[in-house]
Amino acid sequence: MNAPSPGTRSILRATVTILAAAAIYEIIARSGIFPRALLPTLTTVADTLVSMIADGSMLRHAGYTLYRMLFGFSLAIVIGLPLGILMGRFRAVEQFFLPLASALMPIPSLAWVPVFILWFGLGNTTTVLIVFYAAMFPMLLNAWSGVRSVNQIWLRAAGVMGADENSLFWKVIIPGASPFIITGLRQAFQRAWIAVVGAELIATSDWGLGWVIYDAKEFLNADVMIASLAVIGCIGFVFERLVFGSLERNTILRWGMARVAKG
Amino acid sequence: MSHIEVRDVSLVYDTPAGRVPGVQAANFDIEASEFLCLLGPSGCGKSTLLNIIAGFLSPTGGEIRIGGKAVTGHGLDRGVVFQDFAQLFPWRTALGNVTFGLEMKGVPKQEREEIALKQLQLVKLEKFANAYPHHLSGGMQQRVAIARALAYNPAVLLMDEPFAALDAFTRDDMQRLLAEVWRETRKTVIYVTHNVAEAVYLADRVVVMTPHPGTVKIEVPIRLPRPRDPLSVEFLEYQKELLRQLGPAATGQATNGKAND
Amino acid sequence: MASATAGAGGRLRAFALNAYPFVVVGALWEMVARLGIFPPRLFPPLEEVAAALVRLTVAGILPHHAYETLLRLFAGFAIAAVAGVAVGIAMGRSRRAEDIFLPLVSIGAPIPGVAYAPLFMLWFGLGSFSTILLVGFVSAFPIIFNTWTGVKAVKEIWVRSAQAMGADNRQLFRQVILPGALPYILTGLRLGVAQAWRILVVVEMLAAVPWGLGWLIFGAREFLNTDVMLAGIFVIGLIGLTLEKHVFARLERYTVVRWGMMAS
Repeated sequence: MNAPSPGTRSILRATVTILAAAAIYEIIARSGIFPRALLPTLTTVADTLVSMIADGSMLRHAGYTLYRMLFGFSLAIVIGLPLGILMGRFRAVEQFFLPLASALMPIPSLAWVPVFILWFGLGNTTTVLIVFYAAMFPMLLNAWSGVRSVNQIWLRAAGVMGADENSLFWKVIIPGASPFIITGLRQAFQRAWIAVVGAELIATSDWGLGWVIYDAKEFLNADVMIASLAVIGCIGFVFERLVFGSLERNTILRWGMARVAKG
Repeated sequence: MSHIEVRDVSLVYDTPAGRVPGVQAANFDIEASEFLCLLGPSGCGKSTLLNIIAGFLSPTGGEIRIGGKAVTGHGLDRGVVFQDFAQLFPWRTALGNVTFGLEMKGVPKQEREEIALKQLQLVKLEKFANAYPHHLSGGMQQRVAIARALAYNPAVLLMDEPFAALDAFTRDDMQRLLAEVWRETRKTVIYVTHNVAEAVYLADRVVVMTPHPGTVKIEVPIRLPRPRDPLSVEFLEYQKELLRQLGPAATGQATNGKAND
Repeated sequence: MASATAGAGGRLRAFALNAYPFVVVGALWEMVARLGIFPPRLFPPLEEVAAALVRLTVAGILPHHAYETLLRLFAGFAIAAVAGVAVGIAMGRSRRAEDIFLPLVSIGAPIPGVAYAPLFMLWFGLGSFSTILLVGFVSAFPIIFNTWTGVKAVKEIWVRSAQAMGADNRQLFRQVILPGALPYILTGLRLGVAQAWRILVVVEMLAAVPWGLGWLIFGAREFLNTDVMLAGIFVIGLIGLTLEKHVFARLERYTVVRWGMMAS
């Protein structure tokens, strides 16, 4: 399919750029212009990362963060997806929930953190609910517009071939809306990922990648912060490319239904 | 008794500008296994009439009878092929699209795939059974659509300018293929077109419609042996006759295959 | 969503349709608040929230908080818009710039912006400066990506026709590439401001700024002033809605929608 040369070439160039950037950073860090505690050398960051992984604390932080994120994210799918589909199918449901969603969506989920802390205390409940709030709206609105955008001609063709309401729903509307539903899942994940880290910064007091970054600030441990940022970036990358990327490759890309992502 | 009877069918649209007649008092019959073309320029109501026969629209006056029974909605006795390539389900392979109707009927998987493969053979696409629609050319997609409409064995095939969006060469091939498919299956076909040569090539009989309001002007039987030769003198005579019937206003458009409704 | 042709009756109907879900939810809230299931300090009835809203607005406190928050949003966003569009165009036009920036941008993008907040505070101190810097940093990513994509999506045939008509490099850039990439750039700006808005409030909480809606909410928690917090959230929602519906939708209508490059 694609010739090896351009791909290899761009990987090569990317590597050169990143190595150069790392070298510049390392020179500045070692020069002592800035305090070591604030601008740790990359070797220090690597040491910290390795030792935090070795003693299991990094895995535990990541585990807590993932648990809270996935819990809230799943909740958002379980509620947002069916509700969005119902909104697309039934005018009464749309008329009730659309105005509410339009009013609540522009409020950043993280603005609710102090209120939720008052209501539910510090810890898991608040964080999970914040993640739920963040992931809910992209899921809901994409499912809704997906159902509404199902090509009328598919419904007609299926009707001609004798599809009843049930098969129309499962065999035409759901796959027809899938480009939007998958975009919704992806956006919901992105929002959930921001929300979980943000909520952990303020609303947790023991474990979690957001909390460890916040905590490290108190002790000027910039190496811990950068190491945790790297882990956060890796997890985000894995979900973005591997999970959602393969989901897309096996569905809408294979069907030629990919559309320009929006938002 | 004729297979399909179109009796005084009228349809009036309610628009903000007032009531606009789409089809006015259309009257004609179609015999079993007959290939009938509805020919006319844009806005003459031919597609509207086909949608009424398909059961997508209800006439505001008159009725359609198929095998003596009045049409009240769409049904498995009629297969429909649209002009839009998007009619295929992109998430199903060519075979998956053709099996859809049988799946709705509850035909077991193995049996329906056998039937579908036969239909794909009929349109010479058996090699592409497992391809997704977006990998197929426009002409191939329309052939899948024809196979899909035939798969559950309806008695009537309704076609709404299925080849209008194809290039001229592909369109010629598709017309030949359709003529073959029709000869083998002997379905009753109602075929909407604004292309005069296409109508002469395919039809046993052409119903000429004129716009404002959409009315049936005349029926012209095409008495030519098949397969037909588009370069023969008789073929050209029929084209001239149909163009004359369409009138000067429609001539430019009716000969130009690209324009569509 | 009343159409432009609908009369006063239609508009009234549309308003009622949009309002009734809020009436239902408001009534439910009121019931729960009055039943006293939760302490009223934590779950105040709506009229207390409204009273707080009015009181703080009249006293000028809420407008001052909102003003400071908006100032930070626009300052950060302005940095991001200028830098992001410049970098994105450079990446789209020059191979070398693409080779340098693309790997760096790709590494930074999967990390939620808010995670950088403690690091920025460590480096640049608490307060407005780090907040603005972080907002700018975070909203630059979608702007860079979309501008880059947009410049690459400018049709070669437009470039060639402009060159055939004698456009020099500067004219090519101003007359063809910039307008050609505009739908993408606008999408990038819209996403950028949305990202910035999503984290600004929480960064204000962390950065201990003296004024700002985030700080208002966060500070009110100490005194269990739930009514003040909810009033603050109401204003945050109002600003978010205005940004989305009025600022960007209008900008798009005047440019790319008018040119038929984007459906409204």
